[in-house]
Amino acid sequence: MTIAQESATTPSRSAARRRNRLDIKEGRTAFFFLLPSLIGVILFLVVPILASLVLSFTNWKLLGKPEFVGFANYVRLFSTDPQFWAVLRNTLFFTAEYLVLNIIISLGLAVWISSLKVGQRWFRVIFFLPTFTPGIAVAIVWMLIFAPGGFFDFLMSAISVQVPSVLTDQTLAMQAVVVVSLWAGVGYNTVLFNAALDMVPANYLEAARIDGASAWDRFWKIRLPLISPTLFFGTVMTAITSLQVFDQIYVMTRGGPGSATATLGYAIYQKGFQNFQMGYASSIAWVMFALIMALTALQFWLQRKWVHYDN
Amino acid sequence: MTTSSKLATSKSSLSKSSLSKSTRSKSMARRTLALDILNHAALGLVALLFLFPFFWMVSNAVRSNAEVLAIPVRILPSVFEWDNFAKAWTQLPFGRFFLNSMIVSVSVTAITVVVSCLSGYAFARLKFPGRDALLMGYIATLMVPAIMLIIPLFLIVNSLGMVNTFQGVILPVAFGTFGAFLMRQFFLSIPMELEEAARIDGASRLRILVSIIVPLSMPAIGLLSLFTFIGQWNNFLWPLIVMTGSDNATLPVGLTLFQTQQGTAWNYIMAGATLSMLPGIILAIILQKLIYNSIALNAGMGGR
Repeated sequence: MTIAQESATTPSRSAARRRNRLDIKEGRTAFFFLLPSLIGVILFLVVPILASLVLSFTNWKLLGKPEFVGFANYVRLFSTDPQFWAVLRNTLFFTAEYLVLNIIISLGLAVWISSLKVGQRWFRVIFFLPTFTPGIAVAIVWMLIFAPGGFFDFLMSAISVQVPSVLTDQTLAMQAVVVVSLWAGVGYNTVLFNAALDMVPANYLEAARIDGASAWDRFWKIRLPLISPTLFFGTVMTAITSLQVFDQIYVMTRGGPGSATATLGYAIYQKGFQNFQMGYASSIAWVMFALIMALTALQFWLQRKWVHYDN
Repeated sequence: MTTSSKLATSKSSLSKSSLSKSTRSKSMARRTLALDILNHAALGLVALLFLFPFFWMVSNAVRSNAEVLAIPVRILPSVFEWDNFAKAWTQLPFGRFFLNSMIVSVSVTAITVVVSCLSGYAFARLKFPGRDALLMGYIATLMVPAIMLIIPLFLIVNSLGMVNTFQGVILPVAFGTFGAFLMRQFFLSIPMELEEAARIDGASRLRILVSIIVPLSMPAIGLLSLFTFIGQWNNFLWPLIVMTGSDNATLPVGLTLFQTQQGTAWNYIMAGATLSMLPGIILAIILQKLIYNSIALNAGMGGR
């Protein structure tokens, strides 16, 4: 572009050169402004991503030399590892149950809060509180509630229901993890959906009311379609985080009993930092990444059927 | 509502038909009011039940350990041992963990804000080759789950000899790309004219950023600081792996250290859990408007 300009007219040549010099100066400034960020991103983000992929094709065990083993880790995961299918099943089970319950409860709370005449913001804060507290502390408190002889046992015996020790029961342990995760995580989506409901123009609802639409119809035909993009956003984000669940499981069950609550996040920790199988753990990490991508892609594909974009 | 119904009653004396109408609307108004109160009370009850774990935590923090899992269950301690907080702070030592958490969270937040302002400004205001591609790359990295990077990051920290050091915990998590993107978006909303005058006067870009742009960007910087601080304060897996010595443990890691010991001191652990939750609870209450607005922004952007 500059060459064409230069050959066309001589007087603009010096101007172009000056502009060029300014561009170079600005580029240099940009470089220095970006440098701290770039060093950090390369060292702590780009290199680790690539290293993780390379590691997943080795059998490195922290001590000794890594050896290239091709797809052996991935083959082992899906064929000979006795635990991996259980881990995968647990992760998907947790994600499915948690995701559905989280969206239903948070949407319900959001709608309920938006129906209030006074004190909306205080209810929002209350349900949001656990979101801002350490997941570990939350899990420890709930562990005490679910401990043998704890408050949950007391409640169950008060209504004379016989329940085995929750955290050491094959099926109940996972349910306890889901309950704790819901308590800790439902607040963000509640505020998110409540904010979206606040943005629904009041005159739409008023017009529908005058036309005789019931509250039920107004919800399903007006409010829900109008907040569906936000609902979609919340669903995608919640799915991504729930596939990575770790803190609650580390505290409450350590993946047990047996491997009843071992998830992908926990397996990465266990293989990597208890058995020091860095290569093998990296291959689990990439399975998790693939799963996150697949689930997100699936949701983007499904959204055409239910998300209503207002252009 | 009361004035309008009063108005209606005064008017209704004019004719019989409107009188019956007004009494009907009055009773209807009374019914909606009753329903409203019921609605508030019901959600209030749900909220109280929701808050129960917080209550249970504090109630168990201030009782003797023998009363924690006593049968029958005690809702409130027989004696309130408020000095359990002081004991947990000094003896376990949750005071030390609190300090460690503070050091890590504040350092990561400070680095993140400075680095994000610099890079965000470059993305928003400076021309350089490959800018848009680099920005896309930054956004793409947001999709990578944190847990995936744990293993290579640990190996990097290990090879730098930074295991069990504060820089080892702080540096690898202080260069997230979200801040650069957030600050860029905010800087773009600041009118160009504000800095053009300063540029004509010969001020450097750094000077413009520090003395003109940053003071105008406090809402965005506050938001970035808040979410970075809370994210680090609540972070568990990364400090768990890097801080191998118990002296350097952050609060969440410290909480798990005593969990496996024989005769778990549940009351002290609950006191420690309460301490670990305090900053987040206080910030969530004080800054509720900022938090709501930022989440509302997400809700609005979800539609685009």
